[in-house]
Parts: sequence; structure tokens; C-alpha cells
Amino acid sequence: MDAVLLSRIQFGLAAGFHFIFPPLTLGLTLIIVIFESMFYKTNEELYKSISSFFIKILALIFALGVATGIVLEFSFGTNWAEYSRMVGDIFGAPLAAEGIFAFFLESVFLGVLLFGRKKVSRGFYLFATIMVFLGAHLSALWILIANSWMQTPAGFVMEGGRAVMSDFFAAIFNPSTFVRFFHVVVAAWITGTLFTAGVSAWYLLKDRHVEQSKKVIKVSMAIFISMAILQFVSGHIHSVQVTQLQPEKMAAFEALWETTKGAPMSVIGIPIADEQKTYFEIKIPKLLSLLAHFDPNAEVKGLNAFPRDEWPPVMLPYFSYHIMIGLGTLFALMAIIGGVLMARRKLISTRWFLWALVLAIPLPHLANQFGWIAAEVGRQPWAVYRVLKTSAAASIVVPAGQILFTLIMFFAIFTLLLVLFIFILLKLIEKGPQTGDEAGY
Amino acid sequence: METIEILQNAWFFIIGFLFIGYAVLDGFDLGIAVLMPALAKKNSERQQVMDAIWPFWDGNEVWIITAGASLFAAFPHTYATVFSGFYLALMLVLFALIFRAVSMEFWYYDEKRKNIWSWAFVVGSLVPSILYGVALGNLLVGIPIDASMNYGGTFFTLLRPYPLVIGILGLAAILLQGATYAAHKTDGVVQERAQMLVNRILALYAVALVLSFIVTVIYLPQTLSRFPVWIAAIVTVGALSGVYMWSKNGFDRKAFMSSSLAFIGLWGIVGTTMYPNLARSTVNEAFNLTIYNSSSTQITLTAMSIIALIGMPVVILYSFYVYRIFKGKVSIKQ
Repeated sequence: MDAVLLSRIQFGLAAGFHFIFPPLTLGLTLIIVIFESMFYKTNEELYKSISSFFIKILALIFALGVATGIVLEFSFGTNWAEYSRMVGDIFGAPLAAEGIFAFFLESVFLGVLLFGRKKVSRGFYLFATIMVFLGAHLSALWILIANSWMQTPAGFVMEGGRAVMSDFFAAIFNPSTFVRFFHVVVAAWITGTLFTAGVSAWYLLKDRHVEQSKKVIKVSMAIFISMAILQFVSGHIHSVQVTQLQPEKMAAFEALWETTKGAPMSVIGIPIADEQKTYFEIKIPKLLSLLAHFDPNAEVKGLNAFPRDEWPPVMLPYFSYHIMIGLGTLFALMAIIGGVLMARRKLISTRWFLWALVLAIPLPHLANQFGWIAAEVGRQPWAVYRVLKTSAAASIVVPAGQILFTLIMFFAIFTLLLVLFIFILLKLIEKGPQTGDEAGY
Repeated sequence: METIEILQNAWFFIIGFLFIGYAVLDGFDLGIAVLMPALAKKNSERQQVMDAIWPFWDGNEVWIITAGASLFAAFPHTYATVFSGFYLALMLVLFALIFRAVSMEFWYYDEKRKNIWSWAFVVGSLVPSILYGVALGNLLVGIPIDASMNYGGTFFTLLRPYPLVIGILGLAAILLQGATYAAHKTDGVVQERAQMLVNRILALYAVALVLSFIVTVIYLPQTLSRFPVWIAAIVTVGALSGVYMWSKNGFDRKAFMSSSLAFIGLWGIVGTTMYPNLARSTVNEAFNLTIYNSSSTQITLTAMSIIALIGMPVVILYSFYVYRIFKGKVSIKQ
């Protein structure tokens, strides 16, 4: 088999598996900061038990995040050595900055959260939760800076086939950094708060930990509702940015073959790239032009405007993008219903909606994964957009057989970890928030 | 010296510093994990051993992540050549680190499989503890690097006598970190066992040092004419006698500090042997990867220097503070 393809599958597997954990971390640290602040203000045990419960879950998620994240950092050298040579002058810096500015902060203060409850003051403990929150989000920022540079590279010049940095700030604040960070953090907060809302909905349905769950579900829903609505704004800005800066990616998302004035938005269909045709397509006329250019008759570039060998695959980004948007719409719907129920003070008594919250726990993960697949597969055939092809980025010296072996190993290990993660997560949820000395290990 | 050369030299030291931070700090939690079967016989004792490192190990592991990323940022060619060349060996390290990272959580919660996770913790720590030294030994003695900076060997090229001896030396250094830390941080029967282990590990360490000296005379004789190498070697040997003296007289904290100093001495030997190379080529000396031919550009190194100068002092400050929060011995939970 082809070594480049195997490396792509391996990196995709590792990044996809890793990406289960950081969004949960971001959302959970937000909830923890909120309840720890309430405990600091009121000194009520109830809030402490909530905060401690989610800290235990955070520890599990964090351990898996670390274990899988280190694989990615090594992978640039092991599997993508040519990439590292060609763009390491720019790409390495945000990874190093992530370690120095973010990951240390998150890890060191997580130790305080897990074992320091009785050793530090309430004020310092709250400070530690804020540091973990800050570290997690700064970590996301630096990693997304690196990813954004692959999508919309800036601040560099080509020297002897290598991309070298010409302007540090232009590189890190490249045109997609902020909108991507905005989009991903909102997605992460949706993921985290739907998790905490779903867990407390489960307790309410089972009539357990009712006092805690009432608090958690209200706070979680308030954040979830605003984020699910806000995600339409961030998603829209992000799409406009992609249309402007990576037009062939947007053309693949929408299966827009020909450059069109008054381009329609594709709702559903089956795009076949070889035939340049979309079967069973339902379209909304002029909507893509309107959304992308604020003008229903504006011209949107189609795939045929680009050389065939620079097209991304069409079907996978198309479906990923549409499933993501579908799920986003579902979240918005849930947010509206939840908002109405909350306004009428019926949230806690509406059992079918509580069930819906429980069942929705895994859905943001699907949206995250599909959004990420759309973004990264839509970037193909480039590793760094219009700078370095993926086919030229892989290590030269690693034989395909060895990659196949490690790919199988990773697949087996990640499957095992996923099963155990869910098993222990359910165990922790089964045990629930504890009061008094039970908190902590 | 031109500005770029100053920066390249500075990054040689900064990355050395990050690897030393990793060796000293994660060294003790890797070492204590490898020694777990000798230190703890009952689950309550295993819990005590884990409690001794639990608040710190996450933060300690960040040192290797930052060191690796800094190598990527400052010397991308070295990062690319070495990581792709050592593919299978590094993948083994990764598999081990994955199991090590999750084994403590799983050990704690997965009652039915406590035994399995306890062993995952041990083996997941043993594999990197040996392979780090083997990898470093290869960079010291040289690997087949061609004119286009690519590695020309196989997995078995890595298992030559010189790197294997350095692998044993690295393991001994990590075990000594673990044993002296356990003696300093625990009490009761675990502490007694740890104190007993220190002497045995010192014997292993001494043998490994003699062997390293012999293989260096055989494979890297030019090292012996480098004066700073001898200073670093004296620091190491002196610090090890300190470990022996202090451990014998029950000054466990000082023994741990001394073991850490010995580890810094070892890195001093590595640094003074290598400089200005980062990876030697056995094909042709001209193909050595050095801090000059494998580095990033001046703009990147400048930006990275600012990041490190702002960030690392803060990291050291709060890490130190958090270590102080958890000072004192860890006992068996009632």
C-alpha cells in the first residue's frame, strides 16, 4: 500500500480520536469555573460537590487527551518529515508556544484541582480552576493557529523550496485563525454543556442528586442555548472566509461544479466528482450567493474554475459539511425548545425533553468530527494550501509496511481506550457527585 | 559571532534545558513506576506510590512535549531526520506512553483489572526509560545520515552496542531518580524498600558508567580529548557519591537532589560531547546535523527566544509553587 495514504489514515485516526477529548475539556473547565466561583461566593457544599464531580471526570478526559495528543506532536516528525523540513520554520513555533504558554499551565494546575482541595485556600483553588480553564483555551488557540496556517498560510516567503517566516504576527494571526478559534470554542462549549446538561437530565429522570442537577442543568442550558444560536453566526463568518480564501473547498462543500451567478445552496444530494454531477439534489436558489457575498446574484466559483488535479475530494467534504450543518440546526432547535421551557419554568418537569438531552450527549462529537473532516479533507490535495502538496509532505524513509503495522496497533489501542473510557465515564456518572471527604481520589 | 549563530547556540542550551527538566522531573515518576513491583506489594502500597507522583506527573510530561516541539521549531531538520529515522522505536515509546498515561486512572477505577493496569503502568514506564537512552546513544555515536539529511539505516541499526550501553545508563539514572524520590516522598515500609533499592541501583549505575566509558574509548575516542566532558563527568561521579553518602545517613531529600544533579551531569556529558552536532552521520562527517545546518531562520529563532524568555520563567515559578503545596510525605490511606 501507499505510504502517504497510510500516513494520512494514521494521522486522521489519531487526530480524530484525540479530538473527542479537548472539546469536552474546554466545556467542562467552563462549567467547573462557574460552580467553583459559586462555591467561593456562597460557601455552600452543594456547589463544591458539583465542581468536584466534574473535576474527577475532567481528570479522566485529560489523561486520554494527553495520551493521544503526544502522538500527534511526534507524528509530524515520524510520518511527515518532509512537511517538517519544508514548513517547520513556521509550523513548529506555535506548537512550542502551546507547550510553554498553555499546556504547562493546564497540567500543573490540574494537579492542584485533583489533590489540593484541602491544601490550599478556597481563593487559590478558584484561581487554579481559572488557570486550568485558561490553559485549555490557550492550548486550543495555539493548535488552531498552527492548523489555520495550513489552511490560509501567511507571513512567509519561499526560499529554496522551504517556506520561511517573514512576519511572525502575520503567520500566527493569519486570515482564518480568529474565526476558526471562535467556531471551535463555541463547538467545544456546546459539546461540554450538552454533556453536563445530559448527565444532570439523566439524574433528574432517575430522581437522583436532584439538588445538584437542577443547578447544573440550568447553567448548562443557559450556555448551550446561547452557544447553539451563536454557532450560526460563527459558522456563517467561517463559511464566508472559506468562500473567499479557499474557494475550491467551498465549491466541494456545496458540490458547485460550474462557476455560477446566483448560486444555489445544496441541501441534500449525492455528488459524483468524475461525472461532475449531483444526483437527487435539492437546492435552495440563490442562497449560496446571498450567504457568501450578501448578494443573491453574486458569482460563486465552481470546481471547474480550478485545475482538476487541485480539486479536493468532493463527496466526503460534501457529506461531512452537510451533516455538521444538520446537527448544528438540530442543536439550535433544541436550544429554542429548551429556552421556551426554561422561560415557562417547565424544563425540569418535561421528561421527554430531558430524555432528548441525554440522547443528544454524543451528537456534538459527531458534529465536531464531521466539521473537522470537512475542513481537512477539503484542504486536499494540499498539506499547506497552495504551498505544499500532501503527497510531498510524508517521510521518505519510513517503509509502508511499518506504517501499516503501527496503524493497526493504533487502531487496536484506540478502540480499547474508547471502550474503557466509556466504561469508566459511566461508572463515575453512576457514582455521581459526592459530598464531604468523598471528593477527590 | 553573528546574530543567527548566537540564537542557534542559545537554542542548543534551551532545548538541553528542556530535556534536563524532563529527565529530572519525569525521571522520578518514570523511575518510581518501573520500581513499583519492588516498592509495593499490596494495593494500599501501590496507591501510596501513585499518590506520591499523582499531582505532578502530568506537568512533568509536558517537559518532553515542549522539548519535542522546541526541537521541531528551532531545528526542524534534526527533528525530521531523527523522528522519521527512529520510526518504529519512537512508535514503541508512544504506545508505552499512551498506556502509562491512562493506566493510573484505569487502575484507580477499573477494580476488576487492577492487576493489568498496574503492569501497564510498569511496562509503559520501562519501555521509554530504556529507549530514550538508546535513542540518545545513537545520536552520540552517529547514525547513517546521507547528503539529503535522510536516515539510511533500519530499526536494527539502532541496536548497536554503544546505544544499548547508553540505554542501560539512562535506565539506571531514571531508576535512581525514582528510588531516591520514593525514599524522600513516602514513609513506612515503602520508604524502607526504596532506601534499600538506592544502593543496588547505584551499583547498576556504576557498572553502566564503566561500560559507557569503555564503549566511548572504543567508538568515540575523540570525546576523551574534550575538556568540558571531563568536568561534567566529575560532576556526575561526585553527585553519585553524594547520593551514596546522604542515602546511607538518611538524608533522603538531599540524596534525591544529588541524584538529580548526577542526571544533569550526564546531560552535561551528552551536550559537551555533541556540541555543535545534534546528530552525527556515520556516512560522512560533512553530513552531520548541526545547530548551524539544521536550524530555523533568524526571524523564527528570535520569535521563539522571546516566547521562551517570557514563558519559561513563569512556568518554573508556578511549577515550583505547586510543588511546595504538595511538600511533605505521602502515607498509606486509612
